[in-house]
Amino acid sequence: MPGVLTADFWIIQVFNGISYGALLFLLAGGLSLIFGMMRIVNMTHGSYYLLGGYVALSVIWRTQQFWLALIVGALAIALVGIAEWNAFLKRLSGQELGQVLTTMGFALIFQDLALVIWGGDPYTIPIPPALSGSWQVGTLYFPVYRVFIVGVAAFIGLVLYLVVERTRLGAKIRATVDDPEMARGVGINVYRISMGVFALGAVLAALSGVVAGGFVGVYPGGDFEILPYAFVVVIVGGMGSLKGALIGSLMVGLLDNFGKALFPELSYFTLFAPMAAILAVRPTGLFGRA
Amino acid sequence: MTRRSAASLAILLGIVLAAALSAIAVDPGPAWAQKGPIKVGIIAPMTGGAAQIGKDMVNGFNMWLGENGNQITGRTVEVIVEDSQGQPNIALTKLRKLVESDKVHILVGEVFAHIGYALAPKVDEYKVPMLYPVIAADDLTQRKPAKWVVRNGWTGSQPSHPFGEYAAKTLGYKKIVTVGIDYAFGWEVIGGFQRTFEENGGQIVQKLWAPLNTTDFAPYLAQIRRDADAVFALMVSGSALRFPRQYQDAGLKAKMPLIGGGTTFDEFVLPSLGDEAIGGITPLIYSAAIDTPANRRFVKEYRAKFTKMPSYYSEVSYTSGRWINDAAKAIGGDVEDREKFLAALKKVEIPDAPRGPIKLDAHGNPIQNIYIRKVEKKDGELWNTVIHTYPGVSQFWKYNPEEYLKQPVYDRNVPACKHCQ
Amino acid sequence: MAVGRGQVVALAVGGAVLVAAPPALSSFVLTLLTQAILFSILAMSLDVLLGYLGLSSLGHAAYWGIGAYSVGILTTRYDQGFWLTLVVGVLLSAAVAAVFGLLALRATSVYFLMITLALGMVVWGLALRWVSLTQGDNGISSVPKPRLGLPWTPADGLSYYYFALAGFLLAWAALALVVRSPFGKTLVGIRESETRMRTLGYHVWLHKYVGFVIAGAAAGFGGVLWAYYNGIVSPSDLELATSVEALLMVALGGRGTLVGAVLGAGIIVALKNLVSVYTHRWLLILGAVYIGTIVYAPEGIVGTIRQWRAKGEPS
Repeated sequence: MPGVLTADFWIIQVFNGISYGALLFLLAGGLSLIFGMMRIVNMTHGSYYLLGGYVALSVIWRTQQFWLALIVGALAIALVGIAEWNAFLKRLSGQELGQVLTTMGFALIFQDLALVIWGGDPYTIPIPPALSGSWQVGTLYFPVYRVFIVGVAAFIGLVLYLVVERTRLGAKIRATVDDPEMARGVGINVYRISMGVFALGAVLAALSGVVAGGFVGVYPGGDFEILPYAFVVVIVGGMGSLKGALIGSLMVGLLDNFGKALFPELSYFTLFAPMAAILAVRPTGLFGRA
Repeated sequence: MTRRSAASLAILLGIVLAAALSAIAVDPGPAWAQKGPIKVGIIAPMTGGAAQIGKDMVNGFNMWLGENGNQITGRTVEVIVEDSQGQPNIALTKLRKLVESDKVHILVGEVFAHIGYALAPKVDEYKVPMLYPVIAADDLTQRKPAKWVVRNGWTGSQPSHPFGEYAAKTLGYKKIVTVGIDYAFGWEVIGGFQRTFEENGGQIVQKLWAPLNTTDFAPYLAQIRRDADAVFALMVSGSALRFPRQYQDAGLKAKMPLIGGGTTFDEFVLPSLGDEAIGGITPLIYSAAIDTPANRRFVKEYRAKFTKMPSYYSEVSYTSGRWINDAAKAIGGDVEDREKFLAALKKVEIPDAPRGPIKLDAHGNPIQNIYIRKVEKKDGELWNTVIHTYPGVSQFWKYNPEEYLKQPVYDRNVPACKHCQ
Repeated sequence: MAVGRGQVVALAVGGAVLVAAPPALSSFVLTLLTQAILFSILAMSLDVLLGYLGLSSLGHAAYWGIGAYSVGILTTRYDQGFWLTLVVGVLLSAAVAAVFGLLALRATSVYFLMITLALGMVVWGLALRWVSLTQGDNGISSVPKPRLGLPWTPADGLSYYYFALAGFLLAWAALALVVRSPFGKTLVGIRESETRMRTLGYHVWLHKYVGFVIAGAAAGFGGVLWAYYNGIVSPSDLELATSVEALLMVALGGRGTLVGAVLGAGIIVALKNLVSVYTHRWLLILGAVYIGTIVYAPEGIVGTIRQWRAKGEPS
């Protein structure tokens, strides 16, 4: 147990948990949608995260433009995701084993390609000066970059919510997630919607990779390190539910933080055990649809 | 076979073709047994998270060979690099292959301590010498030695011992908080530091441990006691990349200087760090800033060849080439006589390696200089400027080896944290 | 399904090679063969779940790891002999499977994948962080050779190979018995249609549960032999990638055939250890194999062969 359990400590920990949860939301939000719609267990998701970071790195090395790197990284990975889905995955709907193995194959291929292209040295993505440093509030320090991450996640979350809940496109997406057969019957282009959602998932993962690259770094192995966290969020929050992804990522962020602070011995256990417990009670996750 | 998209087949074939082509482009496969060349087997992670370390090791070793006409005692040197993939069972398999199929005369390698421990008994079984230039697990040359392992690198606690004294006497710190990666290397580096720091009047008031793949140090940073004089951080590669910036952003750098183990700021991560690293003081067996002709030349050549700063991984591997050479020369090139070769390897003394003079102690670990380095910016680059040198430091520091070995190896609770609340 | 004559010949030849060839093989090839045999046990145990029950588990390496860690802990700390570690390893894996089965079998298809993933990670997390018990990331090294209480110890490569072969044959016989029994046939029936089996009066859940536990116990058995073979146990033995690789072995070889699992295990071991000798880009090839299996031979090698032969027979 730490020796410093003051109000400062709790405030900082809550902030840290929320900001880490924000990053996880970016990472796992797309995965949850993909899950919900296509029931795809996507082992390549971590690779999108990593490749997004690497592509952004290359862009920044050439142009020094962080925002450009964000956009290019996200779009490049969207293309990769679409290609993977189009050429291989869309044939495999309903075959979980096939999806796991195919996406795992891609994850390994991407991991090695990244090693060949960018080498194995660990890098951080240089962040713009406007986002560096910390805001000091009394005795507390809030790193600006973390606030930025919360901001990005909140913005994306809001946009997603509005689109999914308030637009016709969103209605089509929800219909496809709920019942693809019916949706097709009603004239919705399920193929295009599915492709779009998969691309969206990849974009979000890539975005989280760029954003994370600024404070976690971009390095070989980052893909498989982050993958379990993405799965935990989706499992806890429920597959197919954006709201679940949000709640799930916040829970995971806070649990991980407090677990590491209060019970460092069992830090992974404090993360995975509640996950298993939730599944024991609700196999589809907190807000998942069966 | 039903109709399949031509695109997917093309993609797959393209991937396999690329991989196959790389087989031609990269190191040749197993060499058939010949009498002539001296064969060196390098086992290192060439894929996976530690791939760059493996690459740096191979680059360092090959650079020495290249500078010396790719020969030792007049015989060509054949290097066979095997990827251990960071997995003990793969490393063991590759070891068997190198010894039994390729018939190497000597092995070099590995990065991870647990693989080092896994290979040692096998190396003893085979009676083939193996150089461990990187693996710093203390006990390999203390309580769990292996006869055929020649550890020509360092022990984790070796730089920490003088540094504890330095932190207490020269830097004047009284209370320090340690944050380390929670595995044996972290325990040994911090354990050594704590021991000498406290013997010289200092107090470790808090010890925090973070799991190996920690990306977000925030929970630990929030716990650090604000009344300490400094924070000692033991980080390695990825974590070393993240920690200083997160430390600074948490407002801690302004209050408490960051010092740490050598790998926290070593040349492997320094090029990717920013101004947040400036001022960091750490001890190690090497610094690219060592101002000797041998090192200046080494750094210049390495940078020209590989466009990056050499890290200690490269230096110890480069020096391994020299080490093998000197041992082989001492026995007239008769590396086939394994016992003679092993004895020679243990007697090698190099007065002018890039990292300075090295020779092995009675327990098989180098006695070498420990450099206290400070991160400074010169011409827009970050360097580990050497601010003090402790010459001829052994793994036992100033302690009597027999007494030292009676105590258990450093771990999380050794030494115990007497001043922790 | 009747065993054709061609298959008997193939098995006999394969068996003869496995028994007679090793003394002539180089140590390197022998080590590959030993690893292939040991991983076959893991793959076969998973085949019971995947091939016969139709359940894809993303956490199967956990039981393999539990068997391995039982050996690691009992031999290095408590100096126990082989038989005790074997019993503990198998029973512990079975017990954990019994608990996990209760949780996992509440779900099907994708959710089953996710739950088994989660449970596998719980075990991995414990192996990684319960440092006082498992040595954490460093793993447990210096696992001694198995103490059998006999005048003979499988100390060198060749004798351990035969030791592992015996274990493998035992596991194969046991699992073959299970899948060919009425119990096994019921599992296949459940895979084909749960509702039909239920209406026919079978206790579906109980069959799945027992199958799950058997699979876990068999994996634990393999893990025990694996730990002694390597002399070291580490968290990488039960990480997610290992579970996925086990799935690949079964899928590549041909699920629902048991012998397919053996073939798949052999191919993957060869790929990781042999192909990586010739190129550092072996991961690309492994990735391509993952994808290629699903796209071009979803029934696996053995399954595809059987399909071809079935097409040749008059319907």
